[in-house]
Amino acid sequence: MNFDLTEERQMLQDSLRRFLRDRYDTATRNRILDSDTGFDAQIWSDLAELGILGALFPEDRGGFGGAGFDIVTVFEELGRAGVVEPVMEVLLAGQFVPDDLLDAVIAGDTHFAFAHAEPDSRYDLDRIQTRAEPDADGYRLTGRKSVVQNAEAAEIIVTSARDGDTISLFSVRPEDTDLQAYPLTGGGRAAEMILDGTPAMRLTENALPQIEAGTARAATAQCAETLGAMETAMALTREYLMTRTQFGKPIGSFQALQHRFADMAIEMEQARSAVILAAHHLDGDRQDRDRHVSMAKQLIGRVGRLVAEESIQMHGGIAMTQEYELAHIAKRIVLADHRFGDTDHHLERFIALG
Amino acid sequence: MDLSYTPEETAFREEVRTFLKDDLPAHLSDKVRRGQELTKADHEEWHAILNARGWLAQGWPKAHGGADWDAVRRHIFDEEAALAHAPRIVPFGIHMLGPVLMKFGSEAQKSHWLPRILNGDDWWCQGYSEPGAGSDLASLKTRAVRDGDHYVVNGQKTWTTLGQHANMIFCLVRTDPDAKAQEGISFLLIDMDTPGIEVRPIILLDGSAEVNEVWFTDVRVPAENLVGTENEGWTYAKYLLTHERTNIAGVGFSNAGLLAVKRMARQVMAGGRPLIENPHFAARIAQAEIDLMAMATTNLRVVSKAAKGQAPGVESSMLKVKGTIIRQEINDLARRAAGPHALPFASEAVEGANDAIGPEGAAMSTGRYFNNRKLSIYGGSNEVQRQIIAKTLLGAAR
Repeated sequence: MNFDLTEERQMLQDSLRRFLRDRYDTATRNRILDSDTGFDAQIWSDLAELGILGALFPEDRGGFGGAGFDIVTVFEELGRAGVVEPVMEVLLAGQFVPDDLLDAVIAGDTHFAFAHAEPDSRYDLDRIQTRAEPDADGYRLTGRKSVVQNAEAAEIIVTSARDGDTISLFSVRPEDTDLQAYPLTGGGRAAEMILDGTPAMRLTENALPQIEAGTARAATAQCAETLGAMETAMALTREYLMTRTQFGKPIGSFQALQHRFADMAIEMEQARSAVILAAHHLDGDRQDRDRHVSMAKQLIGRVGRLVAEESIQMHGGIAMTQEYELAHIAKRIVLADHRFGDTDHHLERFIALG
Repeated sequence: MDLSYTPEETAFREEVRTFLKDDLPAHLSDKVRRGQELTKADHEEWHAILNARGWLAQGWPKAHGGADWDAVRRHIFDEEAALAHAPRIVPFGIHMLGPVLMKFGSEAQKSHWLPRILNGDDWWCQGYSEPGAGSDLASLKTRAVRDGDHYVVNGQKTWTTLGQHANMIFCLVRTDPDAKAQEGISFLLIDMDTPGIEVRPIILLDGSAEVNEVWFTDVRVPAENLVGTENEGWTYAKYLLTHERTNIAGVGFSNAGLLAVKRMARQVMAGGRPLIENPHFAARIAQAEIDLMAMATTNLRVVSKAAKGQAPGVESSMLKVKGTIIRQEINDLARRAAGPHALPFASEAVEGANDAIGPEGAAMSTGRYFNNRKLSIYGGSNEVQRQIIAKTLLGAAR
């Protein structure tokens, strides 16, 4: 038993943390939030150069990592800095695209999106209505995909559709679709994607098991990202409790706040353990993997709400301002529960998985 | 990052399982499973079995007759013992006094008392809390005045667990009333048969008689029974508390408790189907299980640090709070699962007359629920733990 990071992962963590501390401060990030693209092209290529994207994939796919603990190491740091660049889309779509395209993404030269969820699918992975019909050049897709993150910037959008009796994955070019794009509350951009006989190339047949596996990886990454964001919320709140003076004393000297902060710290350890457990079981069999992912996502959803709300409350008015770091971080934490299944969804799934 | 046990540790777990299967008497595990009070003879029997195997003083060095297990092995034993419904090891001699004597005791004290702890010659109890000194332990008032070769002790201790069985008590006493609260305390070993000592049972809300008041009136204690230096007792007490923290998270108890709740919920019918299929009840069980899975991992993180010789810090307090909250939640679930069968008074129910009432575990669920409200009170209440956590994390804010 050993809970230390390997030397390689420790180096990855250190270099990513240092890079983001130097280059991704609140003002920079808030400028990115307001930008038309929703991300910064220079930051993106710098992240790629640091090896962040390569760390998400195994060697046989041109990366140098790809294990659960590689993924959570990267995403925890991204979360700590509130990074809005679409790394999650690379993790999601990357496993389904041809190697040459993945190489280009790992190098930072291009972008991906992953279009699976639909207006009525909510968090269910098998509830897909978009249909694929074969034609002379490949396939044509018809249907609607909802909240497709990073759709506008993507070179290809990995899109799911019913293909006969099963669900297959297809490669779609964004310019062939009708994209209705909008910014997201937590940063970045997304789109409603309307497919109406849209040309597509089939990437993977009978893809539901792989979509489930990929979503398990993404959900675990999301847990780690939220853990990192919560670390920042805790650090900001701690700093504030120790420096903000009212009634002639630092507010952190008041027991009403001390005990609540202690409870947050206890739940943070729970959250860290949940991420470790999920990462450890990520390459296990399906039942084992999904049970631990649900466990982690459910717990992080709960702890996230506690930490976000309590951090805002303990800060008081300053946390209500958009320019303060906590505002963005709290949004990322709370909204993480709306991707890859929320606490209720995962509690139900945890029970179903026994 | 590697959460798996080494092959040696896995083999050790098997060894523990085999030992428990072969050597744990059924009449003891039955009692534990059903929540019955264990007698003094029950405890002594189990201690003797463990001692014969060399597994009683698990953390003690071999030189003193211990097993010299690291934190991981102790954790494995705790897990397996709880699942097998083994009696717990009575902690006062083994976990509490033993380490203090080894660290601070004289050679004479070590060679006299340590073997007697292992052999069960003495039953130790702990004289810490007083009516006016609970969470604020350093405010204790029991007075010890030096008189020639003796100390004369006057005062009252309380919440003395299993003191009714004890022939020896280790006590925190005030030897310098003028010093600052923590600086005038000494650590004394007192023979319970000395004239002037009176033990009065306190019946707890579940009807159990596990704690006592101990009164001292002009009790003469040989000065050689002072541990370490006069007025340095607080240091020893704090050292002891860090040892009391082993297994503070109670992971084994919670694992066993959750299994029992699930067993009962499969057996009990509600609305024409097993209770475990009721979505509200299933959600509460799942919630507790999720919290327990995370907490058990936090516990392993602390255990693995401890096995490398790093002292656990604030994590002990975190595990104490979270571990007791989870155990109490599981106790609440058991009581609820029992439904109307939680109503009969337990000590009557488990002693045979009402055995047939309700599913297994129902009769004792209420008593255990009430008895385990103590978990968040003793060993430094959960509020005191939160204070320790806050002080560590927000130290500069005063």
